[in-house]
Amino acid sequence: MSDVSRDTMLLTTPFHSRVEAMCDLNDWGNWMGYTTPNAYFDVELEYFALRSTTGVLDLSPMNKYRVTGPDAQRYLDRLITRDVSKIGVNRVGYAIWCDDNGQVMDDGTIFRLGEQDYRICSYQRADDWLAWNKLGFDVTIENESEAVVGLAVQGPTSCTVLTLLGCHDLNQLKPFGIAHYTFEGQPLMVSRTGFTGDLGYEVWIPPESAEALWDQLFEVGHDYLIKPIGSYALELARIEAGFLQANVDFMPAEEVVRVGRTRSPFELGLSWLVDFSKPLFNGRSALLKEQANGSRYRFAMLDVEGNKPAEHSFILKGDKQVGTVTSAAWCPTAKANIAYAQIEMPYGAAGDELVAEIYYQRELHWTRLLAPCKVIDAPIFKSPKRWQTPAPPH
Amino acid sequence: MTDYDAVIIGAGHNGLVCASYLAKAGKHVMVIDGRTEPGGCASNREFTPGFNVSDCAQWLSQFDQSIAKDLDLKGAGLSLGKAKATISLQPDADHLILDGDQVSGAGVDPVDQAAYRDFREMVRGFAKLMTTLYRSRPPKLVEQNWTDRFTLMKLGLKLKMLSRERLRDLMRVVMINIYDVMNEHFSHAALKSTIALDAVTGTNMGPRSPNTVYSYLHRATGEHLGQTGTTQVIGGMGALGKALATAAEKHGATLKLGTAVSAIDKTGDRVTGVTLASGETVSAKIVISSADPTTTFRDLLGYHQMEAGMAKRVEHYRSRSGTAKLHLALSALPTFTGLTEAQLSERLVITPSMDSMETALNPMKYRELSSRHIFDISIPTVEDPGLAPVGEHMLTAIVHYVPFAPDIGWEAGKPRLLNQLLEELEAYAPGIGALVKASELVVPSDFEASHGMTGGNWHHGELSIDQALMMRPFPGSTQYATAVDGLYLCGAGAHPGGGIQGLPGRNAAKEILKRGAL
Repeated sequence: MSDVSRDTMLLTTPFHSRVEAMCDLNDWGNWMGYTTPNAYFDVELEYFALRSTTGVLDLSPMNKYRVTGPDAQRYLDRLITRDVSKIGVNRVGYAIWCDDNGQVMDDGTIFRLGEQDYRICSYQRADDWLAWNKLGFDVTIENESEAVVGLAVQGPTSCTVLTLLGCHDLNQLKPFGIAHYTFEGQPLMVSRTGFTGDLGYEVWIPPESAEALWDQLFEVGHDYLIKPIGSYALELARIEAGFLQANVDFMPAEEVVRVGRTRSPFELGLSWLVDFSKPLFNGRSALLKEQANGSRYRFAMLDVEGNKPAEHSFILKGDKQVGTVTSAAWCPTAKANIAYAQIEMPYGAAGDELVAEIYYQRELHWTRLLAPCKVIDAPIFKSPKRWQTPAPPH
Repeated sequence: MTDYDAVIIGAGHNGLVCASYLAKAGKHVMVIDGRTEPGGCASNREFTPGFNVSDCAQWLSQFDQSIAKDLDLKGAGLSLGKAKATISLQPDADHLILDGDQVSGAGVDPVDQAAYRDFREMVRGFAKLMTTLYRSRPPKLVEQNWTDRFTLMKLGLKLKMLSRERLRDLMRVVMINIYDVMNEHFSHAALKSTIALDAVTGTNMGPRSPNTVYSYLHRATGEHLGQTGTTQVIGGMGALGKALATAAEKHGATLKLGTAVSAIDKTGDRVTGVTLASGETVSAKIVISSADPTTTFRDLLGYHQMEAGMAKRVEHYRSRSGTAKLHLALSALPTFTGLTEAQLSERLVITPSMDSMETALNPMKYRELSSRHIFDISIPTVEDPGLAPVGEHMLTAIVHYVPFAPDIGWEAGKPRLLNQLLEELEAYAPGIGALVKASELVVPSDFEASHGMTGGNWHHGELSIDQALMMRPFPGSTQYATAVDGLYLCGAGAHPGGGIQGLPGRNAAKEILKRGAL
């Protein structure tokens, strides 16, 4: 055989050589077309690194779009449902965007890098929708997905580790703030953002420096018990912390083919991201109608009795099936059995008592469990460290 | 306090009809148009001294009778000529004559003559059916309310009253093309192409293009609504514009001509008025646009003022045309081989066969000029000599197919095309070239500039099933209301669409009044 290179269907990220070297379990998943580890060595231990020391997750598959030009802010204000002007320079805002029917297409973060200079970080590819949104606006959209790669560096010792890496005064950075550094001559951007609900950062760098960044991060972090974490550990942390996941807790509206399978911000518990004081944004008129006429569903966080995760469960009110579970996990730090569910209106208000119909299997033996559960009004995991400035020393 | 209850953009026939109905209902209405004469496509222009040409539409066949009566257009000075026969000119001068349900000449045989009568009867049946839809706001198929249900019930009843065969025919043909339908019914080549011409007038479609059966039925429905046959307006089409303007003013509407609307104003989340080219602003409770949807939404409102999905729909809205007009000032009445002088007053068409139509279409698709054309000719001065100096005549022709922007450019293209057209006419009317005192060629891009019709499309957007009825101009902006609060449509871009018909204007006014928007 000649030395034919093997093209795989999944791409690898610029961190792959390092990720692969540390992926003891060799357990890989597909994250939006990229080969990423489900777990490196042990899901629980990876999870506890996030909660007790520092966990590192390769964020490279996230899509990044740079929005610049005289109309950048107006463009984004029409695109997303919240007020973009409230995001200051060097600040980040969590955002969702809807189609004209007021159905959520994706969620993501908006990084404001300058007066009229923004970066959208999204789960979904959004080239087409962002291009259509350009009609009528003087903006340039650049897909920077491959020009910028990122690591989530999350956990109580993350600030210390990154400070050792050279991010001086990082502890002064407020939640959702952005700081700029240089790493081996390359721009290194650090944002105090994350998906774990604790103190944590995301670091962004050109791909050429990816491997060096990884190496140095793990070198300075060694004594602070830095660990790589895979998708499974992140899943536990985000459910505990109350974060929604596109394609899991809602279907991106553009991908839905069946009638009624999309969800509005109100139906996902995200009404706080909808600012009707803006005269125009995509989905506004449909959402005003929904506000007046009522929603079909309610997003509910459930505290489920027992320790069997209510994965894919039906939710009952008495004998009536009123909803289904989208995400569920036994949350180790909070020591609670949490499920996210979409509940038909009018059920699922905070305090509502429901029943999760759970099926689980042990050694090919299936058991049906009717677990009482209660709708809670806030995420179960709350870390004060997430909001403290200066970031608390570990 | 606003200046007016409603501002209507465009004093075309639909804008004026809408204004009249609203004013009649006691509303305070202003109609604004950049052109100095009312009427829009029902307009006259002195293209050369002494020759008063109908510079856009040349025939009236579809103007809804109920509107003419409601607005007393006769009282406002409207006078129509006699119903015209259609004479399809043949190279051998044995011409084919279509008059009512009769067809004769050009060797047409009794089988085709009978088939023509049957065909006309079938089309009348379909047109009657469509009338229900055309005189109502288009019913939405989902989220219906009682008005929509009632329309659908009436439609259902009429569908049931069609015979089983007719219903089957309708379902079968409505999505196919006129080429295939003609071949099913007739064997005479010129008969087929003469009927097919009515399916493509004002469009960029050939007989084999999809949607041509729908566009044919649209025209047939218009004729059913009009009940006048194909006629000319005495005094030119501009006389219709004037009559409509007179009616609108008589009912209390205010007309402001000669200053174009340059922008639709939006304050907060709703439309609050318009800004004129002069810088003046006019405020109103609602703005009703009879401009085409692309002009209305893209140019006057602006994409930044609407949700992105709507901007995308506007951008996808198709509004192309392959139709031009030829205007000739003639020093004397021309001679067409095989026609009497009286026959020169009829509608003369040159469309030898459906294949020749397709062949004529092909170059246009690639932005080239064709070497043969399809003509729909009027010599209005035979019936109405006042349109030209004494003893002189005028010929106008709708000409297919002409590109919007040929690769060679119009500066080089126009003289070439003009010569080409005169040469083609010469074959049927020897010596006509020598009579030409002045000539003018109006191409699709000219219509866009002069009449504000995007793409030069006479229908304010192509008449295809996906842009018709409850989808006209596009989902989210149907039933005359748009997705933008305070902005309504009343032009041919709204249901039931193009042609000098008046129903979009009338239906819009009724819907706006019914909604209590004013």
